[in-house]
Amino acid sequence: MELYDLTISEASQKLQSKEISSEELTQSVLKRIEATQKQLNSFITITKEAALLQAKKVDEKRKRGDALSALAGIPIGLKDIFLTQGIRTTCASKILEGFIPAYDSTVTARLKKNDVVLVGKLNMDEFAMGSSNENSFFGPVKNPWDLERTPGGSSGGSAAAVASGQCLGAFGTDTGGSIRLPASLSSVVGLKPTYGRVSRYGVIAFASSLDQVGPFGKTVLDTALLLKSVAGEDAYDATSVRKPVPNYEQFLKKDLKGVKLGIPKEYFSKGLNSQVEASVQKALSDLKSLGASLIEISLPHTAYAIPTYYLVCTAEASSNLARYDGVKYGYRAEATSLAEMYAKTRGQGFGAEVKRRIMLGTFVLSSGYYDAYYKKASQVRTLLKKDFEDAFLKCDVIVTPSSPTTAFKIGEKIEDPLTMYLTDVFTTSANLAGIPGLVLPCGFDDQNLPIGLQLLGPYFQEEKLFHVGHAYEQATEWHKRKPKL
Amino acid sequence: MNFEAVMGLEVHVQLKTKSKIFCRCSTHFDARENENICPVCTGMPGSLPVLNEEAVHMACKMALATNCKVQSVSVFARKNYFYPDLPKGYQISQYDQPLAIDGWVEIPLSNKEIKKIRLERIHMEEDAGKNVHGSHFSYVNFNRAGIPLIEVVSKPDLRSSEEAGNYLRSIQRMVRYLEIGDGNMEEGSLRCDVNISLRPTGAEKLGTKVEIKNMNSFRFVENAIEYEIERQKEALQNGQKIIQETRLWDSNQNKTFSMRSKEEAHDYRYFPEPDLMPLEVAPKALEIIKTQLPELALEKQKRFMRDYQLSQADSGTLVQEKSLADYFEAVVKECQAPRLASNWILSELLREVEASSVSKSKITPKHLGQLILLIQKGTISGKIAKTVFEKMLQSGDLPQKIVETEGWVQISDDAELEPIIEAVVKENPNLVKAYQAGDAKKFGFFVGQVMKKTQGQANPQKVNELLKKKLGDV
Amino acid sequence: MKIDPSQVRHLAKLAWLELSDVEIEKYAKDLSAILDYVDQLNVLDTKTVQPTYHVMKHLKPGRQDEVRPSLNLDTFLENVPQHQEGAIQVPKIIEIT
Repeated sequence: MELYDLTISEASQKLQSKEISSEELTQSVLKRIEATQKQLNSFITITKEAALLQAKKVDEKRKRGDALSALAGIPIGLKDIFLTQGIRTTCASKILEGFIPAYDSTVTARLKKNDVVLVGKLNMDEFAMGSSNENSFFGPVKNPWDLERTPGGSSGGSAAAVASGQCLGAFGTDTGGSIRLPASLSSVVGLKPTYGRVSRYGVIAFASSLDQVGPFGKTVLDTALLLKSVAGEDAYDATSVRKPVPNYEQFLKKDLKGVKLGIPKEYFSKGLNSQVEASVQKALSDLKSLGASLIEISLPHTAYAIPTYYLVCTAEASSNLARYDGVKYGYRAEATSLAEMYAKTRGQGFGAEVKRRIMLGTFVLSSGYYDAYYKKASQVRTLLKKDFEDAFLKCDVIVTPSSPTTAFKIGEKIEDPLTMYLTDVFTTSANLAGIPGLVLPCGFDDQNLPIGLQLLGPYFQEEKLFHVGHAYEQATEWHKRKPKL
Repeated sequence: MNFEAVMGLEVHVQLKTKSKIFCRCSTHFDARENENICPVCTGMPGSLPVLNEEAVHMACKMALATNCKVQSVSVFARKNYFYPDLPKGYQISQYDQPLAIDGWVEIPLSNKEIKKIRLERIHMEEDAGKNVHGSHFSYVNFNRAGIPLIEVVSKPDLRSSEEAGNYLRSIQRMVRYLEIGDGNMEEGSLRCDVNISLRPTGAEKLGTKVEIKNMNSFRFVENAIEYEIERQKEALQNGQKIIQETRLWDSNQNKTFSMRSKEEAHDYRYFPEPDLMPLEVAPKALEIIKTQLPELALEKQKRFMRDYQLSQADSGTLVQEKSLADYFEAVVKECQAPRLASNWILSELLREVEASSVSKSKITPKHLGQLILLIQKGTISGKIAKTVFEKMLQSGDLPQKIVETEGWVQISDDAELEPIIEAVVKENPNLVKAYQAGDAKKFGFFVGQVMKKTQGQANPQKVNELLKKKLGDV
Repeated sequence: MKIDPSQVRHLAKLAWLELSDVEIEKYAKDLSAILDYVDQLNVLDTKTVQPTYHVMKHLKPGRQDEVRPSLNLDTFLENVPQHQEGAIQVPKIIEIT
């Protein structure tokens, strides 16, 4: 076994016992990146020198006997949507090619406080818009389980990197499933926390009322450790919530006695691949044998989540992306007039999907259409939210499939935006309602492609998801499988 | 046909918080290019707004002072448009749920009556940066971007340029009384757009309105309105239609000109700002703000008239500027003579010092109060007092000191005055005869002589009294 | 809801996106398909439903009115495509409609 195959908690113990050094661990990870980056294209920027320097620094601190966090010296990757002071941050867009942030995102800053080792900035769909990671100015990310397939998007680089040992953990963002879908298609654990749990400051905005930062790990425990290190109120984000961050580890029990799991019938309808369904059903029976009770529930507005989502997210995106105008930073097209500068900069700087969404969003907010589209969607959002509030009166955690299919081929859906949008059918509801969702491996199909299980919980009760996820993980072996690269 | 002008004003007021509305950059305007900037107010990727409580506090003060209803929940919204001075591509403002609605302000009319101007709303927003235009390029400075603004929107209750001017002055005065802004039109901390339409006198229905912008002084606002009324009147009389448009005031040419119906292309696509939670103003917080409200100009004027027996005109001038009213009251406190204090301030002090800067004058309320006390006690004459005033203005010395150094104490002592009067009478026997024969006018001559001999320091009342006695005696 | 190329042109103008004719045709088709799809929301009666714009209901107090040091001007200018004497330089603003 190579050091890059370690989980965070394993590596952390070895670092603390001084069995290994952070430098050794980081070297192992950097070698793995070197060996696999060409195949996967999971990184946009690799920060090799800085990573090694940081690893040595942490080793010195440890030698001195400084009190260090569990994440100290652990090689971590960040989706290229998190601002990193002095390190290029592109959001996978031509319009930010060469942009060097003047400040750190709160997540970046908190990770630095935890003495993590940043190994690089991970590839993604441009401005986090996409479900396949094909919409990147820097080229698509490949799924480590099958290089012809997508790892899912938009945090595809993050998922592929963790799955392939290019880092021990990573952070992404999830606006409509951008953490959970790639986690599912790449066989890693991914969490979208409650809206407001993690600061969005310094995270490039796609759709502000939906965006949420979350971790990727090889195990539920790792994911919990990563969340803890960045969660909590932030004075720079008015939508972050003042609530204490629990010590999640204490909730990671092995049995599920007394836990009520809700199974929403709407998630098991036509369109769900039979092999995916079989794996999820098997997982449900495993959960039952761990002591959980299964309750059939209904989330009646589920079918409306996708149309609602694409109205809300594009409207907000059209406004959020207005600042990329060539004036202050990033790409500026050659032009002789201001009007030409604006139109050329944005016309050339944004990719096809981003422009499509900006236009859709501009349309749904425009005079005469606002009520019929944006307001209507915001009203349906209330109904979707209420679905969950009602459901959580009956159960502790909701269990669903995380994707209707396993990883699809690169190029398969890219020409048809609507078909691509339907990939998010099981994930967007959680963003619209703001609730947390955890995805973890629960099987493989006959082509050895990963299948994921989604757990949804009530507001600010990530620990319930960790509990159920951890118990399931302990009872199964899926998370131990590694892609052959 | 006669026409009536109908106007509503949109007034933007910069609030004088220490830091900007959504970030902690300084609002100091005396700064180098892009000195007061940060990721938030330059629209860097990933930056987020956090609301400055003090800006809300100040906006609430204005809302309460203008009798508005402060909404328990108001909502920030994004106003989307592109302009180089707008770093995010949208302005954070308030749209369908503003901070406050339905208020009114009282304005004085020239016929001494008071008119109520109703307010539609007051909302909060952020200011944009500034563009400077060169011959080939424009240059953007974000120091002003993010300075808190309130927009005060009146109902179409104004009927003349004079009313509009008085309304605008009332808003300005209120801003200064509340100490929430500088309210300076020339510097742009108070800005005003006018919506104006004409309708046949007596008609109910409003005409097509035109918006006038770009007036950075009271005079320009009044001139622009005058011009626009004439322009529209002429058009209507010639059977032309008024086009709904935005017009800019050109102060060089003294006319408004069309911005070529730019409005039509504008679709601001307002929607609730997802980065800021709805703003709640608790009734309790509002009660506290209410107790902190200072006495405003009109109330103050009424009190001055009642408690100090000042005329409407005098008290009106004294309350124009809060600093002037405060100055007046400080003088009264010193000398307990409100009428004299008012007279001295209005006729002497304001001749030398701008009403808005009396607090910076070398003549402090203590100086003026003591000067009035010296007059009242008879230590100096009114005439000498004016000379003392001049000296104070230059040196800043207290009146007592000036009077003593210069030896200007008034002579009121009979024993000192009698010999002088005696001498004057002796020197002018013919005139004494004439006076005693009935030429009463000669009396002034004797007084003048006494004053001359005492270098003006004789107490005129005493001189009168003693002279009368003397001339009667002879 | 069908979106025709002239509407796409209008939207592209509002959003300041220079698009080729090919792109305009493509987006007209895509947007029409997406809007047809989202029209299914109309089966829901939402007349009495309050819209949700923020999922969290918490009301957040603002911050104190305190000044923090600003961004270093040189650091800021590093990302600015063109600048002069601390100000951002752009093509002359005339009228941009």
